[in-house]
Amino acid sequence: MSPAPLLSVSDLRVGFATEEGVVQAVDGISFDLRPGEVVAIVGESGSGKSVTAQTIIGLTRANNARIEGSVKLEGEDLLSASDSDLRRLRGDRIGMIFQDPMTSFNPVYRIGDQIVEAIRAHRETSKSEGKRRVVELFEAVGIPNAERRVDDYPHEFSGGMRQRAMIAMALALEPEVLIADEPTTALDVTIQAQILGLLEQLNRERNLATILITHDLGVVAEVADRVLVMYAGKVVEEGTLDEIFYDPQHPYTWGLLGSLTRIDRPRPHRLPQIAGSPPSLLDLPDGCPFRPRCPHEFSKCPQYPGLEARLPEAADHRDRCWLTPEEKKAKRLVEGQIGLEPPPEVRQA
Amino acid sequence: MRDSTNPGAPLLEVTDLVKHFPIKRGILIDREVDQVRAVDGVSFRVEQGETLGLVGESGSGKSTACRAVLQLIKPTSGSVRFEGREISGIGRREMRPLRREMQMIFQDPYASLNPRKRIGQIVGDPLKRQGIASGSELRRQVQELLERVGLSSEHYNRFPHEFSGGQRQRIGIARALSLKPKLVICDEPVSALDVSIQAQIVNLLDDLQDEFGLAYLFVAHDIGVVRHISDRIAVMNEGKIVEQGSADQVCENPQDEYTKKLLAAVPIPDPRESRERHSGSVQ
Repeated sequence: MSPAPLLSVSDLRVGFATEEGVVQAVDGISFDLRPGEVVAIVGESGSGKSVTAQTIIGLTRANNARIEGSVKLEGEDLLSASDSDLRRLRGDRIGMIFQDPMTSFNPVYRIGDQIVEAIRAHRETSKSEGKRRVVELFEAVGIPNAERRVDDYPHEFSGGMRQRAMIAMALALEPEVLIADEPTTALDVTIQAQILGLLEQLNRERNLATILITHDLGVVAEVADRVLVMYAGKVVEEGTLDEIFYDPQHPYTWGLLGSLTRIDRPRPHRLPQIAGSPPSLLDLPDGCPFRPRCPHEFSKCPQYPGLEARLPEAADHRDRCWLTPEEKKAKRLVEGQIGLEPPPEVRQA
Repeated sequence: MRDSTNPGAPLLEVTDLVKHFPIKRGILIDREVDQVRAVDGVSFRVEQGETLGLVGESGSGKSTACRAVLQLIKPTSGSVRFEGREISGIGRREMRPLRREMQMIFQDPYASLNPRKRIGQIVGDPLKRQGIASGSELRRQVQELLERVGLSSEHYNRFPHEFSGGQRQRIGIARALSLKPKLVICDEPVSALDVSIQAQIVNLLDDLQDEFGLAYLFVAHDIGVVRHISDRIAVMNEGKIVEQGSADQVCENPQDEYTKKLLAAVPIPDPRESRERHSGSVQ
């Protein structure tokens, strides 16, 4: 029943030449995105999640960047597209919202005018027609007094309203794909809940396909369909939302799940934490790069396992860890309250 | 002299704290036309060795309240007592010895460290300024602190840009602890960090509290983190405290509508629970 992928990323590799050597920020990531689907890419700072998103719309093109693999939007290769072709696609077919709504608008122009300009770069419309469209969009994303607010400057908007304006701009040309890079990280929880609700509604009503980039699995649980967990440029685990939360296979995923504070559970004496910090991409350890931080390291870890399906019952769930599924089940229970409630219906789905 | 340190008094007692900022208008002469009531009659206390969580959204006045407590801005009215002694309105010179006792950890680890100074200087400066240590003794104390907060003594000569966000926050913690304070005010200390690093910093703050008997005033917008670290929680909205109680009481049995709204907005990292919540609620 699954429709053909809208966006197909295969074996994407992005390296940046620096004075100290080549930083392989993204090291062979593949995934498909279907209409109406939300794929979440999760990881810490430096895992390569944002570079992946930016490369898809050609924002990492630079003299020192080496980009390999392919990114196809309904068959059209974006990596080899010319700059002018990309300009046509950006905004029109792929919209993007960034983390920081404070710096994403030009402070000296009115917000409405900036969005009208973006519309007019792609469509032949008059300014007044464009402005009418912006008012409509503002109303759609829940900005009150839209008629008046289009003439405001960015500083007159609160953080949450600015993020809504960003979403309005990203949706102005009705793209099929939306890339949301940490869209709620800078916001209060109540505003975050509203923005996530809005994104979900857009997915449902407009069949918008979304790539959600975040470090917070709490946000992922609210909106995603599929999850990719990235570490040091590689995907270390991928699966459906329920698989990642109820049957996670990689110790790094356990760490991410464990370190969340949860108001729905009694508070633990100590928060389970991932020791240390992400490795430098210039100086990766041999084998599994998570090895130095992993409490379950053993003799096979100096060899890096491939991203493979290791669960007999879930062919689309892949991970990079040598432990057997039984060992994983036992160890993650010891590590924290992770994957505690494997609901019977998940496996049958 | 009004040095009335009272041994039975709470470590910090804030009563009816008010901070209003004037809104001025006028061409030649500024006239005060209105006021922003950033903090509007706030009362709370922090006992020795305990953590009070102050939770609220941006604009609720929680950061202004912290700054007014530390006398970094002058409160409009109200009383701030530290170990029984009134500090609201006292002079800078009188305040100075008290600064040893009350330190602050800031939100943005990128903006709160001077980029031109080495870590040793950043952490050692308070010790030097208060005349506690100098020379090789200063260096030894700073290196010990760095190790205590999970950094290495070799980081002494490095610059802030060489560190990640989590490590920078550890530097800020080392700086706050250098004077062995009794009270540390933490203003959103983890909200700029990755979730995985947040847990490390929260655990570190927990350990340091046990080791040094610190009291924390822990200010944050994330009620999940606040609940984990706090003994008691005060919820702030529009300059006022709307609810105050033990951490579990406030989170499990909230009385105020605003507290309920805040709790309902926290994402639950459990897809099934989240689906249930959404199907039942009107978003």
